[in-house]
Amino acid sequence: MEKSLSWREFIITRLIQTSGYSAILFVALIFFFLLREGLPALGEVDMFSLLNIRWYPIENHFGILPLITGSLIVTLGAALIAVPFGIGTAVYISEIAPRWMREILKPFVELLGGLPSVVLGFLGILVLAPFLRVFLNLPTGLTALAGSLLLGGIAVPTVVSVAEDALDSVPRAYREGAWALGATKWQTIWRVTLPAAKSGVLTAVMLGVGRAIGETMTVMMVTGNAPVLAVKLGSLFSPVRTMTATIAAEMGEVANGSTHYHVLFFIGMVLFIISLVVNVIASSVVFRAKKRAERILS
Amino acid sequence: MMTKFLSRNRHTVQRLGFIAITLMAIFTVLPIVGTIVFILVKGGSAISWEFLSGFPSEGMRAGGILPAIIGTLYLTLGTAFFSVPLGIAAAIYLAEYAKDNRLTRLIRLAIINLAGIPSVVYGLFGLGLFVLFLQFGTSILAASLTLSIMTLPVIISTSEEALRAVPQAFRTVSISLGATRWQTISRIILKEALPGILTGVILGLERAAGETAPILFTGAAFFLPRLPHSPFDATMALPYHLFVISTQVPEMPIQIQYGTALVLLVFVLTMNVIATVIRSRARARRQW
Repeated sequence: MEKSLSWREFIITRLIQTSGYSAILFVALIFFFLLREGLPALGEVDMFSLLNIRWYPIENHFGILPLITGSLIVTLGAALIAVPFGIGTAVYISEIAPRWMREILKPFVELLGGLPSVVLGFLGILVLAPFLRVFLNLPTGLTALAGSLLLGGIAVPTVVSVAEDALDSVPRAYREGAWALGATKWQTIWRVTLPAAKSGVLTAVMLGVGRAIGETMTVMMVTGNAPVLAVKLGSLFSPVRTMTATIAAEMGEVANGSTHYHVLFFIGMVLFIISLVVNVIASSVVFRAKKRAERILS
Repeated sequence: MMTKFLSRNRHTVQRLGFIAITLMAIFTVLPIVGTIVFILVKGGSAISWEFLSGFPSEGMRAGGILPAIIGTLYLTLGTAFFSVPLGIAAAIYLAEYAKDNRLTRLIRLAIINLAGIPSVVYGLFGLGLFVLFLQFGTSILAASLTLSIMTLPVIISTSEEALRAVPQAFRTVSISLGATRWQTISRIILKEALPGILTGVILGLERAAGETAPILFTGAAFFLPRLPHSPFDATMALPYHLFVISTQVPEMPIQIQYGTALVLLVFVLTMNVIATVIRSRARARRQW
């Protein structure tokens, strides 16, 4: 009895430990398979034509520059919406709203995070795009702007929840100190609470941007999917095509192992590296801030 | 000068500022409510027993969406099958066993990264590993595995939080009564943390149920005249079906599109509401 118990304990502990390590394994596996299928692209298409401005796979033009600029402009537009509204909502929830309002708002914001992106894309096609076309008098409503507006909505919940956590973790004594010195609630928010939560808010912004740049279905459905170089501000009002949408739209139709297939994996690799960089920086910002807070408090 | 202005009128400034921030919060929440109500209203008239229990016909322009509903159910259950045990075990490791060292920090970094990887990249990975390398083909199995790795970070981080919320005293008492570590975890800690873990699991699965990009090339079928027979069959799924009928099928009746969106939304929202209710009830009942 004693013996079998300790054996069971041992095996279960090992199993749990292995499960704990699995996350590292998965990240490594994902990176490995992206490299394995994506790196051959560099042998088949030379670097110069990969950085070209023409994406036309049928005639072997694999310039990914328009796709990158497409992703950038849509994400930039999304950030311009998600950052102010996300932080504003986070401030409202954590600093201004009465308790009952907070209990209602938080689940709603979470709900937005759970809305399937394909549903937003669907509404984008049927409601938002026609509205933009008429309202802005454009040839088509399926533009980068439509993508930005919806992506902004998709990024907001991420920004809100992370920024709200950051604001929440600012010690109450900071606020009380400011109030005691005669500052209004508003001054306290701007000059004490927000600066104290700066690193967390920054993380929120980065994670929101990361979420936007990786979003696929919505942008594929509403941005019109034209692989043209988007460098002017006016590109916001014309169709673009993002990296994610290109993979999603074309991977189903390519032959496994073809150049086109390898280039699509190469784009996936670029996306993976972007998200890796964003997340490593975001988490190290939090980590450093935590360390500093510990130093101050000790 | 500015400071003077601000301090003299600081209560006006505060009032204006509060109004602006409140408006922002309203503008954030209103579209969410609007979207849900709009789809409920527009899609409601499409819902009928035939729509929910019939197969698509006439090139999907008529009939029902049963195979898509069943497919999403299968994919969600398949995802749960892999990600729930693994995710909870990983959370137990992080909350109860892991020391604060380099390796643990690496695990945390890996989880954060998993959470940030674009969904379409998961699709590529699933295609490379499960569909082609392990030769599962485009199948429910390959798609479920892909979705479960994507869901893992949500389940791990929420479960870990739930485990950590259980007061240390519970562990001390249990160990001092002679229980082993695992007995303590399985009989005391997991029981106390269950509502929190359940909430995380449901929120993770909710995300999996609504995702399209990861299953695009790993298991989704454009059209299937029958239900899938085995885990190695491809399947229709609600989110992919909505994508297909709203972009790929010309002259698609708008009613069916709204109806499909409604069913998907109800599927996902139900999970969300269940998770929220479990959490708030557990919070209200908690005695520590």
